[in-house]
Amino acid sequence: MNDKGYNANFINRQSFIELDARERATALFDAGTSRELLGPFDRVESPWLAMQGVTPQEDDGCVVMKGKISGQAAVVVALEGAFQGGSIGEVSGAKMTAAFDLACADNERGIRTSAVMLLETGGVRLQEANLGLATIAELMGSILALRKFAPVICLTAGTVGCFGGMSLAAGLASYVVMTREARLGMNGPEVIEQENGVEEFDSSDRELIWAIHGGEQRYATGLADALIDDDTLQIADAIRRFVSMGVPAVHRSSQVALYRNRIAKLDTSQQWDPKGFRALWTTNGSSEEKR
Amino acid sequence: MNEYTGVRGTVWFRAFTGQASPMPGDPKSVLTADAPLGNDHARFLCVVPDSHARFPCARHGEVGLEEAATLATRVREVIEHDKNTIKRPIVAIVDVKSQAYGRREETAAIFLAAAAAADANGSARLAGHPVIALVVGHALSGAFLTHGYQANRILAFDDDGVMIHAMHKEAAARVTRRSVDELEKLAKEIAPMSYDIRDYAKLGLLYKLLHVENPEKPSQQEIRNVESELIAAIADARGGPVDLRNRLESTAARETRKASILVRTKLAAQWLEN
Amino acid sequence: MEQIEFNYPAKRKVPKRAHVGVVGSGDLEVLLEPSEGEVAHVFIRTSVDGFRDTWKAVLDRFFTKYDGAVRIQINDAGATPGNVQLRLEQAVEVSDR
Repeated sequence: MNDKGYNANFINRQSFIELDARERATALFDAGTSRELLGPFDRVESPWLAMQGVTPQEDDGCVVMKGKISGQAAVVVALEGAFQGGSIGEVSGAKMTAAFDLACADNERGIRTSAVMLLETGGVRLQEANLGLATIAELMGSILALRKFAPVICLTAGTVGCFGGMSLAAGLASYVVMTREARLGMNGPEVIEQENGVEEFDSSDRELIWAIHGGEQRYATGLADALIDDDTLQIADAIRRFVSMGVPAVHRSSQVALYRNRIAKLDTSQQWDPKGFRALWTTNGSSEEKR
Repeated sequence: MNEYTGVRGTVWFRAFTGQASPMPGDPKSVLTADAPLGNDHARFLCVVPDSHARFPCARHGEVGLEEAATLATRVREVIEHDKNTIKRPIVAIVDVKSQAYGRREETAAIFLAAAAAADANGSARLAGHPVIALVVGHALSGAFLTHGYQANRILAFDDDGVMIHAMHKEAAARVTRRSVDELEKLAKEIAPMSYDIRDYAKLGLLYKLLHVENPEKPSQQEIRNVESELIAAIADARGGPVDLRNRLESTAARETRKASILVRTKLAAQWLEN
Repeated sequence: MEQIEFNYPAKRKVPKRAHVGVVGSGDLEVLLEPSEGEVAHVFIRTSVDGFRDTWKAVLDRFFTKYDGAVRIQINDAGATPGNVQLRLEQAVEVSDR
């Protein structure tokens, strides 16, 4: 608060969510250091969409940028949630995977190169079904190889969130950064309702949706590493912090015993109150829970 | 004919290992056993239906929290055990209906459990273990990403009971606002959308398509044949790089995944420019 | 899916290329690049068929004010004429900056 009685930072806040994928990616780099690879003018688009009457986008909904973050080499891949729900097709998936493989090769050559993936996606693009699914598997393989050398940071800000097969990519990340508006989960409310009924998940219950998939819940249950306001400067700052932290001592997805034990202890005889669930799964646990 | 029956996994697990049990303390839905395979001692893993599973949404062959966590545990065990010795093969026998769709699953982060299982398999592969997936039935979406899709080599049977896809027909039709008939028609022209395993094979992701007269009742000879194919796949995996590049280098891939190959070539060229 | 082409006379050399927009529902992306010769070429790909006349009207109006020798590519997913106009103007603004 300044002497005028308002928080100037809040007034000047720039929403990150309102930015498109290209703008979001650019915002994370040190000023003037980023350049886009395979941009729209390279015209590498989906070979499968036009034949189905769906208008392709020239970057296939995936932006790849290379540059510096905190003076260090970094690659950022950003999915455009407004194009086909950010879904993964042959080309968008290949762009992400190739970018991470190239970053990995640079790391092997001694050039420390971190990676950030901005995931606004419902998962596989059904118009490309098996090629979408296959590229997600390949991307996961590339994340596993790259994250040994440098952090692979997942940033999901909303409004689409990160669902489907791509939630596994988020699960493999070194760090996960979310906003309150963002959501992260394997299956969205609609598909759960379709498969197992409205009692299992009422997809019209917005409060329930965010209580389970939302950034605040994920952060409170130790599944996200940071919960940031929808503010471009703060988000960029958080990314810089995680780049500087480097590779974590152990990745969340490798902590199998911890999560296996937590799952074994769950009382499955009823649904759980999401807030109550936070008491069961916290980042600060007893000594057996320590990372 | 196309439907998931949930019996093939157990049939083939027993065929290779002589048993069909979980390891002590494991849920009944995950079968794990070590058995000879050629000159190796391989670990076989399979997810099967368990109508008494603790989680109500994982009782019909779905890969849920416990299944993913168990798979991750049993694969990590192999990595740890073989740290300073010969890397044993890991064979995923795949017949999985789907991932588990439930509120409990989402609350308890099934996405992470799934990632943990994929992590274990991918890490095993990167450490030098030959990881083989044998798709004997269904391999859908998140379930396949969890169990099988990190393999060095993927083999599948060529019959109608085998299906690899991102979403079941009815659900896919609903989401893309088409009728199932329209979807099937489209799928015939567009290889990546097809539900037919023979079209999937055109994508170049499979190491081999195998023929077995009746995968639910294989003959002893057929079992021995499939074992030989697994052994060949293991040798092939050991002879190549530990990454997944073979999926783009196959003859079929060079035809149907031209765009993927173009992306990699162009991106590599632009990466170096300054 | 329809492909529509138009050509307009154009004299002015244009300083740089521009890309704006997203192929979201009701939206479009515009790629604008300098072209050779004294012509402006417009290529449209749209998932909404049957509106050639509407496209022509919007572009005729646009080119009464714009004289750049350009190649414009539009990937459209059902934008209104107003949105098309907006994106074209945005592209020009970036290109002439």
